[in-house]
Amino acid sequence: MFVSLNWLKNYVDIDQLSPEALAERITKTGIEVDGLERFGQSLTNVVVGYVESCEKHPNADKLNLCQVNVGEETLQIVCGAPNIAQGQKVAVAKPGAVLPGNFKIKKAKLRGVESNGMICSLQELGIEEKFVPKEFANGIFVFPEDSEIGAGVTELLNLDDVIIELDITPNRSDAFSMLGVAYEVAAILDVPIRLPQNSVRTVEEKATDHVSVQVEAQENNPYYGAFIINDVQVGPSPLWLRNYLIAAGIRPINNVVDITNYVLLEYGQPLHAFDFDKFGSNQVVVRQAKEQEKMYTLDDQERTLSSEHLVITNGSTPQALAGVMGGADSEVSDQTTTILLEAAYFDPQIVRKAAKDFELRSESSNRFEKGVDPNRVRLAGERACQLLSQYANGTVLDGVAEFDQLDYQEKTVTIWTSIINARLGTDISNDEIGDILRKLNFDYEQDGETFTVFVPTRRQDITIFEDMLEEVARIYGYDNLPFTLPQGGAQAGGLTKNQQLKRHIKSFLEGAGLSETVTYSLTSKGRVNQLVSPEIQEELVSTVSLAMPMSEDHSTLRLSLLPEMLGTLSYNLARKQQNIAYYELGSVFISKEEEVTKQPEEKLRVSGALTGDWITHPWQQEKKQVDFFVVKGILESLFASLNIDVQFKQAKLDDMHPGRTAQLFINNRSIGFAGQVHPTLQKTYNLKETYVFDLDLDYVLEIHKNEPSFDKIPRYPSISRDIALVVDEEINAGAIQSTIQQVGGELVKSVQVFDVYQGKHLDAGKKSIAFNLLYQDPERTLKDEEVEASYQAIIDAVANEHQAELRG
Amino acid sequence: MKERLQELKQEALVKVKEATTLKELQDVRVAYLGKKGPITEVLRGMGKLSKEERPVIGELANTVRQDIASALDEKKESIEAEALEKQLAEETIDVSLPGRPAPVGGPHLLTSIVEEIEDLFIGMGFEVREGPEVETDYYNFEALNLPKGHPARDMQDSFYITEDILMRTHTSPVQARTMNAIDGSKSVKMICPGKVYRRDTDDATHSHQFTQIEGLYVDENVRMSDLKGVLDRFAKQMFGEDREIRLRPSFFPFTEPSVEMDISCKVCHGEGCHVCKKTGWIEILGAGMVHPRVLEMAGYDSQKYSGFAFGMGPERIAMLKYGVDDIRHFYTNDIRFLKQYHKA
Ligand SMILES: [Zn+2]
Repeated sequence: MFVSLNWLKNYVDIDQLSPEALAERITKTGIEVDGLERFGQSLTNVVVGYVESCEKHPNADKLNLCQVNVGEETLQIVCGAPNIAQGQKVAVAKPGAVLPGNFKIKKAKLRGVESNGMICSLQELGIEEKFVPKEFANGIFVFPEDSEIGAGVTELLNLDDVIIELDITPNRSDAFSMLGVAYEVAAILDVPIRLPQNSVRTVEEKATDHVSVQVEAQENNPYYGAFIINDVQVGPSPLWLRNYLIAAGIRPINNVVDITNYVLLEYGQPLHAFDFDKFGSNQVVVRQAKEQEKMYTLDDQERTLSSEHLVITNGSTPQALAGVMGGADSEVSDQTTTILLEAAYFDPQIVRKAAKDFELRSESSNRFEKGVDPNRVRLAGERACQLLSQYANGTVLDGVAEFDQLDYQEKTVTIWTSIINARLGTDISNDEIGDILRKLNFDYEQDGETFTVFVPTRRQDITIFEDMLEEVARIYGYDNLPFTLPQGGAQAGGLTKNQQLKRHIKSFLEGAGLSETVTYSLTSKGRVNQLVSPEIQEELVSTVSLAMPMSEDHSTLRLSLLPEMLGTLSYNLARKQQNIAYYELGSVFISKEEEVTKQPEEKLRVSGALTGDWITHPWQQEKKQVDFFVVKGILESLFASLNIDVQFKQAKLDDMHPGRTAQLFINNRSIGFAGQVHPTLQKTYNLKETYVFDLDLDYVLEIHKNEPSFDKIPRYPSISRDIALVVDEEINAGAIQSTIQQVGGELVKSVQVFDVYQGKHLDAGKKSIAFNLLYQDPERTLKDEEVEASYQAIIDAVANEHQAELRG
Repeated sequence: MKERLQELKQEALVKVKEATTLKELQDVRVAYLGKKGPITEVLRGMGKLSKEERPVIGELANTVRQDIASALDEKKESIEAEALEKQLAEETIDVSLPGRPAPVGGPHLLTSIVEEIEDLFIGMGFEVREGPEVETDYYNFEALNLPKGHPARDMQDSFYITEDILMRTHTSPVQARTMNAIDGSKSVKMICPGKVYRRDTDDATHSHQFTQIEGLYVDENVRMSDLKGVLDRFAKQMFGEDREIRLRPSFFPFTEPSVEMDISCKVCHGEGCHVCKKTGWIEILGAGMVHPRVLEMAGYDSQKYSGFAFGMGPERIAMLKYGVDDIRHFYTNDIRFLKQYHKA
């Protein structure tokens, strides 16, 4: 909400502080000030002038030559505005004036004729185009006839105003009015508040003789008041009123509309004026709309209503969508003479629904949605009647036709000084509490430390002790609260084992050269089924999608971190960053229902994606591209660091290279996969050779035992043996290795591949694999004969099982 | 015989001196001290000597042997030293050439910030809790005093999956879940970091996915001044000992009173400058005293228990601390961005 300080000064004295200091106090005590702007700038030498004559310029068709009386003198001024005319009162910038934009006014000759100043448009005086009334948009501004010749324009046009913008939280609907802000400022500055004097002069004729009000939807409309104003003359509003509306960000239209808007801003109560002659009946009937019922709103749009909307009707057809927008049928026009003025209380929810359904958020709907002050509804109607009689020549009929079941009762909230102090950590006295309540303009009864507070209805947000606690705390000042630390027993705090383990895994991968990414959980329907690990696929019944995504790209919950990670690789490659090694920890989401009705299961995964060079050391001509074994090596070391045995088994998986992919198992349970992305998929991401891994982190955390047992450091020497075998090329090294392990038994501490050869020294279709075997017994020194016997048994076994021959 | 021994010694010492390699030296050793060498020969002729002369000559022969042997040892050492020196000279490398790099990775900036904040609150006795990213309407809204139709639900337009299930819009449901789990029976002191989701169009300051850290402390006699004290410690450790905090009123449905915490601007220290939009303060987080309805829904007696809660955005903190100018940087994962924050 935009608050004009010049307007605010009508209710509270704020001159003790600069606008900036006031804004700071308001922010610290109640409502955040989002901005502070000077409306215009004070202008000297710009005054009201009377156009005594206006003739065509002798040498230019589009220019006029005017004699303008500015008080002490009459100036000859050349003016090009199309709407200039004799008899107008206009804004004259005299020589020496400086207009916004540092535009200096000097005596000049225009097409050979002397011109001593400039007649100005509002834009030239620094007012934003969007606030300029339509009739003056393309020309100069014309002051009302009663304006004083020679008077400065700064005050007349409110150019010295300062506007502060309040960011009002949903609970403080009271601050959506000038009076609400005035109460707030009065409390902060501890100054009295001056409420507007509200005295309507009415005639004897009664409103109820002309109109009746019937409310069918009583819950949604507990109060409806209809005032009747006759003999209205629609025309421009007085200048001060237009100025205030402009300052508040509302464009002036005509006196009737402007007055309803002015009262809306002043009281926070939206009003609506109907042209009573076009209303179509003399009865107001408020009811729920019928299904498929149609009406035209003020913006000439046809609206199709439903029973969830509330309408104001003339007994048969809707004349307004309650609280949101009037109907086109009974719109006020220049010809309007009789007005039916509505002041009503509409249920916040019903207004909210309609405003949302028709995307018609307005100053009115906004206030109804937050709940208006019951005690200001009729008052606001009376205030508008007063202004209509003053500024639109209206004759106000006596009384109001109304339906009234509104609850006007103030809420009472009890507070206790001791509890307030216990909750705040303060030492506030009873007197101070009383003083705070007085500043807030809240009535109360005090009994020792017990205060019964009668909360004014303008403060709908205050209903319980804690709400009052906040009022006391903020007026007391949060700056005055002490700094303390919790008194409760000393909790240990700390990370759980799983949290520690996750940090270990992250640091391990980072130490291994991988950078962590954070990608989006929401992916596209096209990507979601890519690279989904076998154990996820097995459990998955359906993917989980948003009901109303903002875009297809982020419409579905991921089943794998990899597609979005490949997206980031692709992003980097497009920026010439070819060598990337990424990992990420995050959840995937799977539903075990055909139709999602429950929260999906969230499975924690750790995934990686690597592409480009792994090692580069150019001056020694070393260059190593990422390959399967880089990834496998990282994972093997990771699992070794976790003390978990993991098996890599050759696998064919969708979207993966059929010959360069392993599925990973722990205790024969699938926990993910690693390998090269299928070249076809690589291509869709514009990637070169890319390797990925994806692991079930939940299971890893579940089976991890955090306490390594103590193994004695071996005291007896180990014996090393090499064995080079020639086998068919299809035979897996892993298979031979497990045979060796099995036959070697406990004596064989480790089996390592140290060479793989395939080429001209071997027959086609053959390869040679060399293993290093390490024999060791922790309790004694091994004898050569035992090692020899074991070695022979291994040679026999591999010959038998894998047709392996010793390489000569 | 004496003369002969002296002569042999002189001869041998000259040859030791002239030798330049270990081989030549070995030859000298064999030639003079070997079993077939001249000294041994001289000693063999000792039988012809008188009883008195024998020990004298014997002793002399030993002395000569020892002198030659030590001359040989000395020379050997010096030749070896020379050889080593030569070898080391040959092994010299250009140490200004680049080293063989170890691969370097590192954490995402958001993780670094989150872990820093976790550690800081762990130091104040907090635990770290986690919760689901896909939530029920109940835990995301209703248990936090946001019933259906509440205007504050507008503040965080959400990604719904069904009418009752949605992407959590904040990490606050973890509060409700944690309190519910212990059924109002004891104190809770925890923070919960995590991903959250809102219907925002991605731009420089908005992201449909972002990170939040929520904190909660519920116990008997928790005071608002405790919140101020804890947040002050957090702000000073996170941003610097010279920073001040201030609380000012705000609104969250699940706290009452609700406040926003600002820290003093590091550029102008409260005087006002372009960084803080002339206010002298920078908004960091939202906080407040847990709303009694939230406590009661979780099974606490709100007369007996009170608590405070706070919530902050690691993205915002990272942006303030490191001057990151666009929230999308956190999610595009440009390697050049990520690597900037791998340094300790
Ligand atoms: Zn600053």
